[in-house]
This record gives sequence, C-alpha cells and structure tokens, in this order.
Amino acid sequence: MSAILALEFPPVSELIEWKGIFLKGTVFEVNKVVLLMWASVAIVFALFLVAGKRASRPEGLVPAGVQNVVEAGVDFVRKDIVLQTIGPEGLKFMPFLVTLFFFIMFGNLFSVIPVIQMPVNARIALPAFMAVIVWVLYNYLGIAKQGLFGYLGGILKPPGVPLGMLVLVAPIELVSTILVRPLSLAVRLFANALAGHILLATFAVLSTALLKSTIVGAAVPFALLVGLTGFELLVAVLQAFIFTILTAVYIGGALHPEH
Amino acid sequence: MLLNILAQQNPGELAEGLKTVGAGIVYGGAAIGPGIGIGIVVGNAITAMARQPEAAGMVRTTMFLGIAFTEALALFGFVLSFLLNG
Repeated sequence: MSAILALEFPPVSELIEWKGIFLKGTVFEVNKVVLLMWASVAIVFALFLVAGKRASRPEGLVPAGVQNVVEAGVDFVRKDIVLQTIGPEGLKFMPFLVTLFFFIMFGNLFSVIPVIQMPVNARIALPAFMAVIVWVLYNYLGIAKQGLFGYLGGILKPPGVPLGMLVLVAPIELVSTILVRPLSLAVRLFANALAGHILLATFAVLSTALLKSTIVGAAVPFALLVGLTGFELLVAVLQAFIFTILTAVYIGGALHPEH
Repeated sequence: MLLNILAQQNPGELAEGLKTVGAGIVYGGAAIGPGIGIGIVVGNAITAMARQPEAAGMVRTTMFLGIAFTEALALFGFVLSFLLNG
C-alpha cells in the first residue's frame, strides 16, 4: 500500500517505542517516556512546593498567584471528588488523591505540548502500576475494616439480593470487584492516552503528506488536527478526573460496605 | 470465498490479510455497544438537566463517570485490535 502512494512510513510501533538514552539495553533503560515521567513528578513537586511555601506564610491566608491555582485544584478534588463519593471520612485520603490527579493530568498533558507530544500513559507500565496501588489500597481498607471473611462475604453477598439470584450474582460480583476494577482502571487510562496519541499522529502525517502534493488538500486534515488537539486536551484532564474519582468510589465502597 | 480473495494482495498472503480483517471486525464490533450506551447516558443526562437546572452540576459529574465506564469497553476493543495486528 505504501508502495502505491510512493511514501515511506516508519512502522507504527515507533510512535510509542522510543530509543534508550541512558543505560541502554538494561531493565532500567531511560528513554523519552521515563524522562517525561520524571518531569511530571518534578512539575507537580515544584508546583506544590511553591504554593505551600506561600500558604504557610502570614500573607498565605489570602491566596494569590500559584497558590490560588493550586488551591483551586485541591478544592476541586476535595468538593467534587472526595466529599461527593466518600464523605467526610475520605478527607484523610486527600493527599493521595490530589497527587494522583495532578500527576496523571500532567502526564496526559504532555500529549498536546508541541515539542514533547508524547503522553506518559501511552505505555501500559505506569497505568498498570497505579492500578495495582489502588487495588492494594482498597482491598487493604476493606479487609482492615471488616476482616478477611467479612470483606469477602460482603462482596459475594450484596445486601438485598434474594438467595436464588445469589448463585448468579456472587461470581459476577467477585470477578468484578477483584479482577475487573484494576484492569479497567489501567486499560481505560492507557487506551485513552494511546488512542489520542495515534489519532494526532495520523492526522499530522496526513496533513504533511497532502501538503507535499496538493496544498489545498491539506486544509481539511489540518482543521481536524486542530479540533482533535482541543479534544485531546479535554480527554487528558477528563481521564485524570475519572481515574481519581473511581479510586475514591472504590475506597468509599471499601469503607462503607452497606451500599 | 470472497473474503479469501479480498484478504490476499499477493498470492500466499492469506494469513496476514485475514489477521487485518479480524482486527477490523474486532474494533467494529466493540464500538457498537458503547456508542449506543453513551448515547443513552448523555441523553438521560440532558433530560435531567432540562428538568432541574439547579442539579446540573451533579448530573454533569455523574454523566462523565458513566461515559468513562462505557467508553472503557470500546477502548478494550481498540487495544485488542492493535494487539491482533502488530
């Protein structure tokens, strides 16, 4: 097919498999994705450090500048995520949820920044690891609150289910709570980041290829590329919000089992 | 029979071609359900927001949650189709 159009395209895997920069060939190979992960950590850390320093000084009572933006973000997580799903008990999970939200959001935002253009979550390692952390957390909370058999009993026998239906409901509930929740958390984040990245790359390559042959023909793909970049920006923030609110829902489900 | 012919570009490429056709069918089938599902979720959310505008914030948040749940299924299919076809 590429021979027909007389255009050379590198294989699709090069969109996400980057060459190593340091420590090539070992397990600890550092490539662009790893550097972006470190950059995301550094940005979140620096943001909260600057905002926190000002907040602990006397004039920090009236937020301004960086502190204002960070406090708006923290307030958003507090009101719309924690208080809506867990209630006042969840406020001790605020540091974890805020970190999750901001880290995933900055990791996804790298997908639309011009020179960088690579979402950190487009490789499954990071979403999978975060999903495992969330899984360990909500299972630990459930077991600590109700004991191992109480927790499993609560999953297998949801309140208000007649005995005859239990034969059907129990395995479904077990698989859903223990297996499907972390898997879907990881794959939802990973697939959204990957799909956005591939879409943007496809339309960019299409615009460039059409620009070389007909200049007018590149106008439509380019307009679509602009629209898709805006959409990808929305999806980046939305997926961070979804991951965080689902984590909060699972924590709430482990803490208040009588739902 | 027709599928066998369509899936071959050069003679002897049947397996490769069928893998690509399979990947297309996987995503096509995976996108139907979530498409309808997200339509239902958002439609009901719009109705709820029209009936009670002061609850629009909470309805919008729950709508995004519902969209994420159903969209995850379509994305499973998307990832699977890429896994099938290199």
